[in-house]
Amino acid sequence: MPDVIRNGRIEPDSYLRVDSLEGVDADADVLVPLSLFAAHHEALLALPGKLGLWLETTDEPGEVAQYLPLLDLVAVHFASFADGRGHSMARLLRERHGFRGEIRAVGDVFKETLFYLSRCGFDAFVLRPGENPEEALKGLDVFSEAYQASVERPSPLFRRRQATAPEEGQA
Amino acid sequence: MYQYDEIDQRIVDERVAQFRDQTRRFLAGQISEDDFRPLRLQNGLYIQRHAPMLRVAIPYGVLASRQLRKLAHIARTYDRGTGHFSTRQNIQFNWPQLEQVPDILAELATVQMHAIQTSGNCVRNTTTDHFAGVAADELIDPRVYCELIRQWSTFHPEFAFLPRKFKIAVNGALEDRAATWVHDIGLHAVRADDGEIGFRVIVGGGLGRTPMIGTVVREFLPWRHLLTYLEAILRVYNRYGRRDNKHKARIKILVKAMTPERFQREVETEWEQLRDGPNTVVSEELARIEARMVRPRYESLPDGVPAELQRALREDRAFRRWHERNVHAHQTPGYASVVLSLKATGRAPGDATAEQMDAVAELADRYGFGEIRVSHEQNLILPDIRQADLPELHAQLKDLGFATPNIGLLTNIISCPGGDFCSLANARSIPVAQAIQERFDDLDRLYDIGELDLNISGCMNACGHHHVGNIGILGVDKHGSEFYQITIGGNQAPARLGRVIGPSLGREEVPDAIEALIRVYLDVRQHAEERFVDVVERLGIEPFREQVYAQPEAEALYA
Repeated sequence: MPDVIRNGRIEPDSYLRVDSLEGVDADADVLVPLSLFAAHHEALLALPGKLGLWLETTDEPGEVAQYLPLLDLVAVHFASFADGRGHSMARLLRERHGFRGEIRAVGDVFKETLFYLSRCGFDAFVLRPGENPEEALKGLDVFSEAYQASVERPSPLFRRRQATAPEEGQA
Repeated sequence: MYQYDEIDQRIVDERVAQFRDQTRRFLAGQISEDDFRPLRLQNGLYIQRHAPMLRVAIPYGVLASRQLRKLAHIARTYDRGTGHFSTRQNIQFNWPQLEQVPDILAELATVQMHAIQTSGNCVRNTTTDHFAGVAADELIDPRVYCELIRQWSTFHPEFAFLPRKFKIAVNGALEDRAATWVHDIGLHAVRADDGEIGFRVIVGGGLGRTPMIGTVVREFLPWRHLLTYLEAILRVYNRYGRRDNKHKARIKILVKAMTPERFQREVETEWEQLRDGPNTVVSEELARIEARMVRPRYESLPDGVPAELQRALREDRAFRRWHERNVHAHQTPGYASVVLSLKATGRAPGDATAEQMDAVAELADRYGFGEIRVSHEQNLILPDIRQADLPELHAQLKDLGFATPNIGLLTNIISCPGGDFCSLANARSIPVAQAIQERFDDLDRLYDIGELDLNISGCMNACGHHHVGNIGILGVDKHGSEFYQITIGGNQAPARLGRVIGPSLGREEVPDAIEALIRVYLDVRQHAEERFVDVVERLGIEPFREQVYAQPEAEALYA
């Protein structure tokens, strides 16, 4: 099982993705696609293990808003890292729907993508095969400051900055 | 212009370090070509016909003399001595080595410049009126808001991977000099009756293969809501814009598919959730940016024409022409803005050599306040010149080859680099521009023809804005040969799209076709003030079409 980068640490991952109820091991932590969840949410919510919802970037998070407080995790699957819909999705999950559980990025996830993703509310990452997690972790620290409001820091830089005039003599 | 503080500088420096690391790993084979492509593109680095092309941002077209000297240094050290000013107020270098690009970015960072988001599917450099802050017809100086947008859009985490590129233009004057109706978002800074500043918001304009005039989605957006409203627009686009076909991925296609009314409702619904949130702009931030904007310390000069200027206007016909075409009214008494034409016959439109850049920086220091503007028409501007200095400046510009008095005239051609450099191009642009300039080199004739914008693009991506040229020329590929499609009647402000006059022509035929268009115009215009574009508006394209295709030598070649 691949590791997960969670809150800036490399940890083993307990979740198993399952695509049918038959595949569910009673004690396991499971990750299920939206279609399975929609059809069997009662049975899935009754399981003893942790429950995560696997969303594609085309899914509509608003459809499951009422269940979000019952979930431990939402995974957003990036078929391509350049699919920015997942970034909006995480922000909506956090800022609009108030989801407090883990939001993990899965799929085409690697060092260069982590910084933006983390600022949109992702706090866990499963790297694509072949990536070095130690190296990827550094991707979270490339920039020490950012202009915009983000999930991790809801106040934009302009609200944190002191008004300072430029030093005299600078051209 | 805006002076970086320690944080702005740190962000740019960290970007340089990040790109240095990415380039190193790419060259070492640790990052694949596919993964590196979007990374380098977000730093303005294309792989072009001959070498990489690096596009450097000139935020809202404002340059300090020391920045222009740095660009000259980069042209000399890392390129073949030339830079190309683009239609988005940026500069492009066509010959850098990939391994040296991190060094170039590090040099740029020392003068508060960068190449961040100058390409890629993200929010690009915000552009504005090249006379912002100095134009006599200005209502609001848009540059503080441009800087606000620059900072908001720089490394925006949610909007780094949009369906397609995204361009924002801001204008604050009576005349629209920023092509706001043909941008993804166009903003008109306006003042309400009660004095409050706000923006008319236009969405979904654009050129490219599906040219469209934008739609007003909000007549008046108070300034404090600017960023939350932009976020709402970008979020709707990011979530619902098409990603399956890059030719249908711009926001204009989404607006059209949804209908402007529904798109507007979606944006307003999203905005209701965002408005008054943390991204609501505070007046302290506007004041902070304003305090970091270095403003010229103008002398108190009398209004009216100074004696030196009057004398030169009377005695020197060449000066008078140049003054009429290339000098623009200033909002401060005794000053004027001077357009340096980068459109002399025989030169690639928008190109400047390192020596010329250094010389312009020198002139900006000597006659102005060390500031230079870049226009989307690919010229340079010295924004703050004492009117009394104009004759002396004119003499120096003549020596430099920057005094061609053709601003607003046919030979002030907007042109993309075209097939000589760009790997997207279907056809070359520069030789066509040069052939037309040679054909219309006679100044008397040029003045008789009067105001006329001629724009050339080497492919339908329309970097040369051919749709909004009074005469537009588009390079097309026909069975592997270069052909050119001609449109007439396009206009930048008010924005109108040109109409195709007929089958495309071979390269040799283009100057004759332009000649024919001009002949028709001169024959049928009612008076000298009726411009080419007015005649097309009045008579339609038919009389022009007839003349162009009546030429036997052209007939033989279009099939």
